[in-house]
Amino acid sequence: MARVLARRAGGPRPSARLRRAIGSRTALVALLALVLVGLWWLAGAQGVTGQRLLSLAVRGVMLGGILALGAIGLTLIFGVLRIPNFAHGDLMTWGAYLALFGLTLLPAGQPLAPFSFGAELLVLLVLVMPLVGLTGYLLDRLVFRRLRARRVPSVILAMAALGGAFLLRSVIYLGWGADFRNFYTGRPRPAVELFAGIRVRPDQLFILGLALLLIFLVYLLLERTKMGKAMRATADNADLARISGIDTESVIRWTWLIGGGLAGAGGVMFALDTQLRPEMGWWLMLPLFSSVILGTIGHAYGALLGALVIGVVWQMSTAFLNPAYGPGVAFVVLILVLLFRPQGIFGKPGGT
Amino acid sequence: MGDASLVKSLLLALPLWFLAARALPVRLPWLARAALGAAAGWAAALAVTLLVPSGLMAYLVSFAIVGSIYAVLALGLNVQWGYTGLFNIGIAAFFAIGAFTSALVTTSMPSGAAAAFSQQAFGLGAPFLAGVVAAGAAAGLLALLVGGPTLRLREDYLAIATIGIAELVRLVFQNERWLANGPQPLRGIPQPLACLVRDPGCAGLPAPLAALFDPLTPRDYPYVYLAIATLFVIVVYLVLERAIRSPWGRVLRAVREDEAAASMVGKDVARVRLQAFVVGAVIMGLGGALYAHYMIAIDYTHFDALYATFLVWVMLMLGGSGNNRGAILGAFALWGVWTGAAFVVDLARPLLAAISSDLPARGPYLRLLLIALLMLFILLYRPKGLIGEERFVSRDSQGRDG
Amino acid sequence: MALLTVEGLTTGYGEMEVLRSLTLRVEPGRIVSIIGPNGAGKSTAMKAVFGLLKPWQGSIRFGEREIGGLSPDRIVRLGMCYVPQTDNVFPSLTVEENLEMGAFVLSGSTKERKERVFDLFPRLAERRRQRAGKMSGGERQMVAMGRALMLDPKLLLLDEPSAGLAPLLVDLIFEKVRDINASGVAVLMVEQNARKSLELADHAYVLVGGSNAIDGAGHDLLGDPEVGRLYLGG
Repeated sequence: MARVLARRAGGPRPSARLRRAIGSRTALVALLALVLVGLWWLAGAQGVTGQRLLSLAVRGVMLGGILALGAIGLTLIFGVLRIPNFAHGDLMTWGAYLALFGLTLLPAGQPLAPFSFGAELLVLLVLVMPLVGLTGYLLDRLVFRRLRARRVPSVILAMAALGGAFLLRSVIYLGWGADFRNFYTGRPRPAVELFAGIRVRPDQLFILGLALLLIFLVYLLLERTKMGKAMRATADNADLARISGIDTESVIRWTWLIGGGLAGAGGVMFALDTQLRPEMGWWLMLPLFSSVILGTIGHAYGALLGALVIGVVWQMSTAFLNPAYGPGVAFVVLILVLLFRPQGIFGKPGGT
Repeated sequence: MGDASLVKSLLLALPLWFLAARALPVRLPWLARAALGAAAGWAAALAVTLLVPSGLMAYLVSFAIVGSIYAVLALGLNVQWGYTGLFNIGIAAFFAIGAFTSALVTTSMPSGAAAAFSQQAFGLGAPFLAGVVAAGAAAGLLALLVGGPTLRLREDYLAIATIGIAELVRLVFQNERWLANGPQPLRGIPQPLACLVRDPGCAGLPAPLAALFDPLTPRDYPYVYLAIATLFVIVVYLVLERAIRSPWGRVLRAVREDEAAASMVGKDVARVRLQAFVVGAVIMGLGGALYAHYMIAIDYTHFDALYATFLVWVMLMLGGSGNNRGAILGAFALWGVWTGAAFVVDLARPLLAAISSDLPARGPYLRLLLIALLMLFILLYRPKGLIGEERFVSRDSQGRDG
Repeated sequence: MALLTVEGLTTGYGEMEVLRSLTLRVEPGRIVSIIGPNGAGKSTAMKAVFGLLKPWQGSIRFGEREIGGLSPDRIVRLGMCYVPQTDNVFPSLTVEENLEMGAFVLSGSTKERKERVFDLFPRLAERRRQRAGKMSGGERQMVAMGRALMLDPKLLLLDEPSAGLAPLLVDLIFEKVRDINASGVAVLMVEQNARKSLELADHAYVLVGGSNAIDGAGHDLLGDPEVGRLYLGG
């Protein structure tokens, strides 16, 4: 109210107008474009060819697809349940190791050429997704629900999530040890030329396709089903959702099932592209949160957009930077967003 | 080795003296408390040195040193979380910056053959205290950089930013060989006052004092370091107790309890939060320095989220957030649980082997499971920890009455 | 028999008592208005009736049934819907989706019910695919009322439906309240705009300091010198 009155009284001061311009959506998009151009230029200055950069950008889109699987779930849980879920990365790891466990039980089939994996991995994917979703929901029933009932601030929920993350990780350590693992050992995974000298591995194309399919399914769910709409409504205004008679319990259940399921799929995909390590999810957390905040908390399509940006920036930075710094690059993007437009691309001014 | 026991007991007496002086009733004059405390503390120290077998004693001393380092970290976190409500889950960043800064400031540049194996950005060969000061300053500067843009935003953003900075710091010390010897450990970090236990004793020490330390051998150095570490804990504790009872401390709590109200009475909330964040980080940096000079060689693996962040959080929560004594108690208690659990897991090896042949080697991870469960248990069933938050009003009024 | 009977209701926030021994009745198909000075507890009374606050003492009966202490989603199923004063739409959902959320507890198609709401608010029909967050204050109020009507409630609770609206829109909203009532829905409303709401109301309660001070037929209260002096500006 005070702000409205001030605006009516005489319009914003020049400094306020400048601030608002810097914090505008256009400015953020321009800034991100600038980051990409800067990366391109930096890489070019070091003699990296345009072809390699394009290949990296395509790989970045693929990585963005994986990140999006994690980030969409994270943003839904953040938006609907107000939990900054620091266990989300570890849910991804959990999904990957559940699939690994399944592979040891199932007979290894022939690889589905040109991919490196067999049909059994697809079967496992379908099994692992609901299992990871259930894990998340179980964590909610045992921990978060009790804390919610006490109406604790969201940092306490974040802390509980952190506890959940280490709990999951300890189970993974106990079950599989701390070493690197692979779904399939000894299978060659050559990169093929796509077009114009852009080289990617077939697996990566599959990963991108699957990510897009899952994201499309999420889109259908959120836009077309009653439960999806109720989830969006709860993220919008949880009190009004309760007043309208929306069954908050089932909204919570579905949010975990979907968020966890996507995280599980993302974990399996990430492990397929790289390898399995108990810490992999923890390291993915920064890119995930960066994507979510870039795309505005609670905003599923924003998270997708954020994940694509982060994925591309991450991959392109490897042209001239030690690849180990990938999560660090995501962090730099996050800091830029926090400095200029903390509410993210789709957020309203003063939203944070 | 009767003489050695005497010196050792003198070194051990410091923390015990402090504890005893604290335990005595407040009504006594401080001089009497100090004297009685000294007597009681020293008597206890002497008894411990004489009665406890030397093997166990060496173990207890190293346990207490690490416990003290964790106590410093927990005290730093208490300023941020306990008193101000700032959610820092990147303790590792400030801990690591402190450790590496102090190491770089106090070591000398490797020369000759060593230079081929070990690289570092600089090595000033400065004394221990210079390293400590630099460690605190570096950690405080980092906190200023992280806190500046994030502390005015919603509170969970700070958590994410601190995770980020911790990862970034770890990545830098892992990958940048030129800075602090890359993934390899940075070695040769000097031990402060090591000359006390070496043969040509410390130069410039008065002869009677030097003679006192004569019976000690280099193997007894941990006793010296324990005295240093506990001195750190005591100083940090006393300074914080002072600060928390000052007007500044009251503002911190006001900000934590009700930001809106605090800003309404004219407190610059963002500024106060930044101050608390920096003070806490400086203390964590001191803890880092303390750690580096104890370990002698450090590398990035020492500063992962589990050891350097998660354990400290559980320590503070276990002891009681918002209570400096709780922070210290929690640090020692949880470190006791953590090391004690290692014994239990060791004993349970045959049982684990019966379940799966892989399991005995992974037994140590049972401790992680235990700590994670403990944390959730505290959150759900005992949010105030072992001794809970200190009630300032009653304590202040008591002080005034006495 | 009364649709809603509140007897001796005492409640508040935390330690602070806001309502003291409040008593009111809403007969089926009537419009009942609650007026009173700021801080008299008008909105609190609505929240307590709708189960957003637990009653400390007293009873709230809806029809035959005691509903004190029931949660809002249970109360909604019994046929009472509530439109809060602020934040009463889902901004990122379309108008149509907002209405569907009002009928969440029903299974099956809601098409027919949506059409009925659109008949009542033709302006919403034109904008059914627009996001509610992008609409004007008056349109939002219509979306909010439409959402609450989706369940065909027997009683509609309106918390200051005209707050913050331009005078022309205020008239429109009151007209809509009359239309809603004409279709057989009883209305319990809280209003700042005392004169207009008394003109509309079959019965009205004047709340002072958390208790009802005066009550009577709307037109009687309009003519009451005491009420006039206190709340109608002369």
